[in-house]
Amino acid sequence: MTTVSPLTSKVAIRTENVCRHYAMGESLIRAVDGISISIPSAEFVALLGTSGSGKSSLLNLIAGLDRPTSGAVLVEGNNLAALSREALARHRLRTVGMVFQSFNLIPSMTVIENVELPLRFAEVDRSQRDSLAREALERVGLSRRLDHRPSELSGGEQQRTALARALINRPKLLLADEPTGNLDSRTGTEIMNLIREFNESLGMTVVMVTHERALAEQYAQRLVFLADGKLVDDQPNIVTAGAPSQGGRA
Amino acid sequence: MKAYDLAELAVRNLRESVLRNSLTTVGISVGVASLVAMLSLGIGLQQMATRRLVRSGLFDTVVVTSRRDLRNFNRNDDAGGLDPAQSPVLDEPSRQKIEQLPNVVEAYPDLRFITSFTFEDKPHLTMAAGVPFSYKTNDAFEGIQGSFFSSDMASEVILQKTFAAELLGKTQKPGTEETPVAELAKPLVGKEMTMRYQEKIDVPPASDVNGSAPSESAEAATTYSIQSHELKLRIVGVTDLDPDSMRGPVRARILLPLKLLQSLHVMQPTGMRDTTQATSKTPTYSTVSVRVKNPGKIQLVEDSIKKMGFNTFSILDATRSVRRFFTVLDLFLGIFGSLALAVASIGIVNTLVMAILERRREIGIMKAIGASDIDVKKLFFAEAGVMGALGGALGVALGWTIGRVINLGTNVYLRSQDLAPEQIWFVPWWLVGSAIAFAIVVSLLSGLYPAARAARLDPVQALRYE
Repeated sequence: MTTVSPLTSKVAIRTENVCRHYAMGESLIRAVDGISISIPSAEFVALLGTSGSGKSSLLNLIAGLDRPTSGAVLVEGNNLAALSREALARHRLRTVGMVFQSFNLIPSMTVIENVELPLRFAEVDRSQRDSLAREALERVGLSRRLDHRPSELSGGEQQRTALARALINRPKLLLADEPTGNLDSRTGTEIMNLIREFNESLGMTVVMVTHERALAEQYAQRLVFLADGKLVDDQPNIVTAGAPSQGGRA
Repeated sequence: MKAYDLAELAVRNLRESVLRNSLTTVGISVGVASLVAMLSLGIGLQQMATRRLVRSGLFDTVVVTSRRDLRNFNRNDDAGGLDPAQSPVLDEPSRQKIEQLPNVVEAYPDLRFITSFTFEDKPHLTMAAGVPFSYKTNDAFEGIQGSFFSSDMASEVILQKTFAAELLGKTQKPGTEETPVAELAKPLVGKEMTMRYQEKIDVPPASDVNGSAPSESAEAATTYSIQSHELKLRIVGVTDLDPDSMRGPVRARILLPLKLLQSLHVMQPTGMRDTTQATSKTPTYSTVSVRVKNPGKIQLVEDSIKKMGFNTFSILDATRSVRRFFTVLDLFLGIFGSLALAVASIGIVNTLVMAILERRREIGIMKAIGASDIDVKKLFFAEAGVMGALGGALGVALGWTIGRVINLGTNVYLRSQDLAPEQIWFVPWWLVGSAIAFAIVVSLLSGLYPAARAARLDPVQALRYE
């Protein structure tokens, strides 16, 4: 039910019969088994499915954290399957921002250090790093306790920090793996509102993995259902039709 | 990642598990300390030996002889085919020429003869030699009791300790304690003794004097006569030099100022052939000792003297073998010292591999947010390098301290044995620098495997790991 036609909008992500198989002991696990999907730029897509359905595996393939066994993953025109390890790292650094269920902050670093860590890998000067990190933290609504370690923060604050870190290199893609899984519903809503804001105001393409259909229906424009590594359903989200998120897009 | 960021992150990571990393660093420092300790002991011993040898005058002296000298015929293999009879005479002008060669400090003739000395009416037949006045500042007379000659022409003698003992009737018997030099010097210094010697006096060829030159000397331009003389000499000092271990002028039991001896024109038993042709105005010498600025220039000086047509001899070969010995010794000490460092490097490997296991998740996070394999590798390398640098610096300090303590202990022992203290320990600056550098290199090598392993870590696996 998207107002933007797939023909005129730019494709951000496209997978072509992508597979990710791995051996576990004697048996072959087909985590992702021949999925073809196309996600236009600035779309908010939810990947839904039960645990073990392959949604996280697909997200990892798009993130460039993993390589497909066969098939192609095209992000912003680059086939990730053909990239070198070095180029794949650059893809994760520049094109993709990730948030996880367990936040994945580095415990020995303070909030601001965690946020500016990708800038270190991007070889940004120290003088610029601090102001960029503060800017990103302000955007996620965190302007105090910047010198605290993650363990001293609440779950919501930790996820805000992770979001700021994902934003710091101004990527085109935001990939979120169960971003509210470890949060209470009120904080979860705050985080989801932030993600929606990035999608709308910054035009970021968002791919969110979740098993909560209600959450997906509340925020996503498109719902993709996976089971046993296969795509079982791909539908526009009718529930949010007419919601403010739709109104913001043209 | 930039070098500064890398170092900062490495130090931060090392501080996260302070105990383990400190222990590893201490391990490295013990390794470096043992290396520094061993090597500086080797260097110290070498310096001690070299110091002793240089002091003996063995290594900066070239002995020059004329090829005409019959005694040298067998050594002529490097003479360059010059007929000994045509080679130059080793006389005063050639001595002066040698003295003007570059790198030569001085060239003095060896005057040495056996003659009779009377002390308290008892005659003693022994070897006397002339000592150049420059020996006053030479280490050779470090252990003298009394004083050196007051001037170049003073009628004074210095006795070698065994001769002093002989004069006092205290000849050392095998197995008994040697009489200290100071005890020998006390009754002798200031006393007088009489030297009997034969003076060679030139006689114009025309005149006929008793005791003329042997007629078989066909080349002789002049004839000479020999006159006996006596000279009263004052004993000024007793030296502890061992005449058998020395070369050059000090290898005699009675030492006189060289200038004084030269002025006496003492008939020398050696080099008869040249002596007979020479006049007292241009004396010839059987040997001339040449002192060179430093042992390293010996070969240069020897070569240029050989070019002048003389035979030379030096103990350079002996120094070479001494140096070779110490090189081998240093090598062995270094290998033993390095063993501890090798053990320490296993400690680094262990610590870093443990760090990978512990920081799996952290590595996974860094990779997920954009760290490349090289970034991760560099980070682990930097951690190994920082541990190496810290351990190296600490180890040098530790090794230096151990050295000081051992040196101190040795000297306390030496003093208790009435021996002069010696520096058997020496840590040169190059050793400090290269020990730290070596520690860093060893640490980096130890970091190779852990760094490669960390870089290869699969981020998906690492992030799943709880």
